[in-house]
Amino acid sequence: MEPRIIFRVQAEPFDIASEIDALAGLGDDIGAVASFTGYCRSEGGRLLALELEHYPGMAEDEIGRVVKEAVTRWPLRGLTIIHRFGMMRPGDGIVLVVTASSHRAAAFEAAAFLMDYLKTRAPFWKKEHRADGSSGEWVEAKELDDQAVLRWQSQS
Amino acid sequence: MWLNSMTEIKLVYFAWVRERIGLAEERVDVPSSILTVAELAGWLQERGEEYAYAFENPGIVRAAIDRKHVKPDALIAGAQEIAFFPPMTGG
Repeated sequence: MEPRIIFRVQAEPFDIASEIDALAGLGDDIGAVASFTGYCRSEGGRLLALELEHYPGMAEDEIGRVVKEAVTRWPLRGLTIIHRFGMMRPGDGIVLVVTASSHRAAAFEAAAFLMDYLKTRAPFWKKEHRADGSSGEWVEAKELDDQAVLRWQSQS
Repeated sequence: MWLNSMTEIKLVYFAWVRERIGLAEERVDVPSSILTVAELAGWLQERGEEYAYAFENPGIVRAAIDRKHVKPDALIAGAQEIAFFPPMTGG
Protein backbone atom coordinates (compact mmCIF):
# COMPACT_ATOMS: atom_id res chain seq x y z
CA MET A 1 0.00 0.00 0.00
CA GLU A 2 1.27 3.49 -0.83
CA PRO A 3 2.08 5.49 2.31
CA ARG A 4 0.04 8.60 3.01
CA ILE A 5 2.49 11.48 2.75
CA ILE A 6 1.82 15.06 3.79
CA PHE A 7 4.37 17.82 4.02
CA ARG A 8 3.78 21.51 4.47
CA VAL A 9 5.80 24.68 4.90
CA GLN A 10 3.65 27.23 6.70
CA ALA A 11 3.62 30.24 9.01
CA GLU A 12 0.72 28.94 11.10
CA PRO A 13 1.18 26.83 14.25
CA PHE A 14 0.45 23.08 14.04
CA ASP A 15 -1.66 20.83 16.25
CA ILE A 16 0.50 17.87 17.29
CA ALA A 17 -2.33 15.74 18.69
CA SER A 18 -4.49 15.98 15.58
CA GLU A 19 -1.53 15.16 13.30
CA ILE A 20 -0.72 12.06 15.39
CA ASP A 21 -4.38 10.99 15.46
CA ALA A 22 -4.63 11.35 11.69
CA LEU A 23 -1.77 8.86 11.17
CA ALA A 24 -2.89 6.52 13.96
CA GLY A 25 -6.29 6.34 12.29
CA LEU A 26 -4.96 5.23 8.89
CA GLY A 27 -5.85 1.59 9.52
CA ASP A 28 -5.79 -1.25 12.02
CA ASP A 29 -2.38 -2.38 10.76
CA ILE A 30 -0.78 0.72 12.32
CA GLY A 31 1.17 -0.48 15.35
CA ALA A 32 3.46 2.47 15.92
CA VAL A 33 3.33 6.23 15.53
CA ALA A 34 6.45 8.24 16.39
CA SER A 35 6.61 12.00 16.53
CA PHE A 36 9.33 14.60 16.93
CA THR A 37 8.69 18.28 17.63
CA GLY A 38 11.40 20.94 17.56
CA TYR A 39 10.71 23.99 19.74
CA CYS A 40 12.04 27.52 20.03
CA ARG A 41 14.20 27.88 23.17
CA SER A 42 14.70 31.04 25.23
CA GLU A 43 18.41 30.22 25.81
CA GLY A 44 18.11 31.08 29.48
CA GLY A 45 15.97 34.16 28.87
CA ARG A 46 18.42 35.64 26.36
CA LEU A 47 16.12 35.21 23.37
CA LEU A 48 12.84 36.96 22.72
CA ALA A 49 12.19 35.12 19.46
CA LEU A 50 13.69 33.18 16.59
CA GLU A 51 12.87 34.29 13.07
CA LEU A 52 12.88 31.55 10.46
CA GLU A 53 13.64 32.50 6.89
CA HIS A 54 13.16 29.95 4.10
CA TYR A 55 13.63 29.55 0.36
CA PRO A 56 10.06 29.17 -0.93
CA GLY A 57 9.79 26.41 -3.49
CA MET A 58 13.15 24.85 -2.71
CA ALA A 59 12.11 24.18 0.91
CA GLU A 60 9.16 22.11 -0.31
CA ASP A 61 11.25 20.42 -3.03
CA GLU A 62 13.99 19.47 -0.59
CA ILE A 63 11.58 18.10 2.01
CA GLY A 64 9.93 16.13 -0.80
CA ARG A 65 13.29 14.57 -1.76
CA VAL A 66 14.02 13.57 1.84
CA VAL A 67 10.52 12.11 2.21
CA LYS A 68 10.95 10.03 -0.95
CA GLU A 69 14.21 8.63 0.43
CA ALA A 70 12.59 7.76 3.78
CA VAL A 71 9.70 5.82 2.24
CA THR A 72 12.09 3.74 0.14
CA ARG A 73 14.16 2.85 3.25
CA TRP A 74 11.39 2.02 5.76
CA PRO A 75 7.98 0.35 5.47
CA LEU A 76 5.96 3.41 6.45
CA ARG A 77 2.17 3.68 6.21
CA GLY A 78 2.09 7.41 6.84
CA LEU A 79 4.40 10.37 7.17
CA THR A 80 3.71 14.00 8.05
CA ILE A 81 6.21 16.86 8.10
CA ILE A 82 5.32 20.44 8.95
CA HIS A 83 8.05 23.08 8.99
CA ARG A 84 7.14 26.61 10.01
CA PHE A 85 8.65 29.94 9.00
CA GLY A 86 8.34 33.45 10.45
CA MET A 87 8.61 34.61 14.06
CA MET A 88 8.73 31.95 16.79
CA ARG A 89 8.51 32.67 20.52
CA PRO A 90 10.13 30.41 23.13
CA GLY A 91 7.86 27.38 23.52
CA ASP A 92 6.50 27.55 19.97
CA GLY A 93 6.81 24.43 17.83
CA ILE A 94 9.01 24.99 14.77
CA VAL A 95 9.03 21.60 13.10
CA LEU A 96 6.91 18.47 13.41
CA VAL A 97 7.71 15.01 12.04
CA VAL A 98 5.22 12.15 12.49
CA THR A 99 5.75 8.64 11.15
CA ALA A 100 3.43 5.63 11.22
CA SER A 101 4.27 1.99 10.64
CA SER A 102 3.30 -1.51 11.75
CA HIS A 103 6.30 -1.70 14.09
CA ARG A 104 8.20 0.81 16.18
CA ALA A 105 11.68 0.43 14.66
CA ALA A 106 10.62 1.83 11.28
CA ALA A 107 8.67 4.68 12.88
CA PHE A 108 11.51 5.70 15.23
CA GLU A 109 14.31 5.36 12.69
CA ALA A 110 12.48 7.13 9.88
CA ALA A 111 11.63 10.08 12.16
CA ALA A 112 15.29 10.40 13.25
CA PHE A 113 16.48 10.13 9.63
CA LEU A 114 14.02 12.79 8.48
CA MET A 115 15.10 15.23 11.20
CA ASP A 116 18.81 14.71 10.54
CA TYR A 117 18.30 15.41 6.84
CA LEU A 118 15.95 18.35 7.34
CA LYS A 119 18.57 19.99 9.59
CA THR A 120 21.30 19.88 6.97
CA ARG A 121 19.42 20.02 3.64
CA ALA A 122 16.17 21.96 4.01
CA PRO A 123 16.77 25.65 3.18
CA PHE A 124 15.76 27.34 6.43
CA TRP A 125 17.78 29.82 8.49
CA LYS A 126 17.24 31.02 12.06
CA LYS A 127 17.89 34.56 13.22
CA GLU A 128 17.94 35.46 16.91
CA HIS A 129 15.96 38.35 18.33
CA ARG A 130 17.40 39.15 21.73
CA ALA A 131 15.56 40.09 24.90
CA ASP A 132 17.91 43.05 25.51
CA GLY A 133 16.90 44.55 22.17
CA SER A 134 20.35 44.24 20.60
CA SER A 135 20.50 43.19 17.00
CA GLY A 136 20.34 39.44 16.68
CA GLU A 137 22.82 37.05 15.16
CA TRP A 138 22.12 34.36 12.60
CA VAL A 139 22.31 30.95 14.25
CA GLU A 140 25.43 29.08 13.10
CA ALA A 141 25.18 25.61 11.65
CA LYS A 142 26.52 22.89 13.92
CA GLU A 143 29.13 20.40 12.84
CA LEU A 144 27.27 17.86 14.97
CA ASP A 145 24.33 18.09 12.55
CA ASP A 146 26.60 17.16 9.66
CA GLN A 147 27.91 14.21 11.64
CA ALA A 148 24.36 13.12 12.47
CA VAL A 149 23.61 12.80 8.76
CA LEU A 150 26.69 10.65 8.15
CA ARG A 151 25.35 7.77 10.22
CA TRP A 152 22.64 7.14 7.61
CA GLN A 153 25.05 7.10 4.69
CA SER A 154 27.08 4.06 5.73
CA GLN A 155 23.88 1.99 5.64
CA SER A 156 22.92 2.70 2.05
CA MET B 1 31.69 39.36 -30.20
CA TRP B 2 30.89 35.86 -28.96
CA LEU B 3 33.61 35.78 -26.32
CA ASN B 4 32.10 38.83 -24.66
CA SER B 5 28.54 37.52 -24.67
CA MET B 6 26.54 37.70 -21.50
CA THR B 7 23.83 35.53 -20.01
CA GLU B 8 21.13 37.01 -17.82
CA ILE B 9 20.65 34.96 -14.66
CA LYS B 10 18.35 35.51 -11.69
CA LEU B 11 20.27 35.44 -8.43
CA VAL B 12 18.58 35.02 -5.05
CA TYR B 13 20.16 35.48 -1.63
CA PHE B 14 19.14 34.33 1.84
CA ALA B 15 19.89 35.01 5.51
CA TRP B 16 23.17 36.88 6.12
CA VAL B 17 24.19 36.63 2.46
CA ARG B 18 21.02 38.60 1.64
CA GLU B 19 21.66 41.10 4.46
CA ARG B 20 25.28 41.70 3.52
CA ILE B 21 24.51 42.23 -0.17
CA GLY B 22 21.43 44.26 0.68
CA LEU B 23 19.23 42.55 -1.90
CA ALA B 24 16.92 39.53 -1.82
CA GLU B 25 17.25 38.97 -5.56
CA GLU B 26 18.53 40.56 -8.73
CA ARG B 27 19.04 39.81 -12.40
CA VAL B 28 22.64 40.04 -13.55
CA ASP B 29 24.40 39.73 -16.89
CA VAL B 30 27.06 37.11 -16.32
CA PRO B 31 29.96 36.90 -18.81
CA SER B 32 30.00 33.60 -20.65
CA SER B 33 33.58 33.07 -19.46
CA ILE B 34 32.11 32.30 -16.00
CA LEU B 35 31.51 28.55 -16.01
CA THR B 36 31.03 27.36 -12.44
CA VAL B 37 29.27 28.41 -9.24
CA ALA B 38 32.64 29.09 -7.59
CA GLU B 39 33.67 31.32 -10.51
CA LEU B 40 30.34 33.14 -10.28
CA ALA B 41 30.90 33.75 -6.54
CA GLY B 42 34.39 35.07 -7.29
CA TRP B 43 33.04 37.34 -10.03
CA LEU B 44 30.29 38.67 -7.72
CA GLN B 45 32.92 39.38 -5.06
CA GLU B 46 34.44 41.97 -7.42
CA ARG B 47 31.16 43.86 -7.82
CA GLY B 48 31.48 45.94 -4.66
CA GLU B 49 32.29 45.84 -1.00
CA GLU B 50 28.89 44.45 0.01
CA TYR B 51 29.51 41.47 -2.28
CA ALA B 52 33.10 41.16 -1.07
CA TYR B 53 31.73 41.02 2.50
CA ALA B 54 29.10 38.39 1.62
CA PHE B 55 31.65 36.15 -0.08
CA GLU B 56 34.65 36.96 2.14
CA ASN B 57 34.81 33.31 3.22
CA PRO B 58 33.87 31.53 -0.02
CA GLY B 59 34.14 28.10 1.61
CA ILE B 60 31.13 28.77 3.82
CA VAL B 61 28.56 30.08 1.32
CA ARG B 62 26.35 27.36 -0.17
CA ALA B 63 24.62 27.43 -3.54
CA ALA B 64 21.61 25.99 -5.32
CA ILE B 65 20.87 25.92 -9.04
CA ASP B 66 17.19 25.91 -9.92
CA ARG B 67 16.35 24.93 -6.33
CA LYS B 68 18.76 22.01 -6.03
CA HIS B 69 21.87 21.96 -3.84
CA VAL B 70 25.08 22.09 -5.88
CA LYS B 71 28.81 21.95 -5.19
CA PRO B 72 31.15 24.87 -6.02
CA ASP B 73 32.35 23.15 -9.22
CA ALA B 74 28.81 22.82 -10.62
CA LEU B 75 28.38 24.29 -14.12
CA ILE B 76 26.00 27.24 -14.35
CA ALA B 77 25.16 26.83 -18.05
CA GLY B 78 21.40 26.75 -18.56
CA ALA B 79 20.59 27.88 -15.01
CA GLN B 80 17.43 29.97 -14.55
CA GLU B 81 17.93 30.79 -10.88
CA ILE B 82 21.04 30.54 -8.73
CA ALA B 83 20.81 30.95 -4.95
CA PHE B 84 23.55 31.74 -2.44
CA PHE B 85 23.03 31.20 1.29
CA PRO B 86 24.78 30.22 4.55
CA PRO B 87 24.74 26.64 5.86
CA MET B 88 21.17 25.76 6.80
CA THR B 89 19.90 25.96 10.37
CA GLY B 90 16.31 24.78 10.15
CA GLY B 91 14.62 21.99 12.05
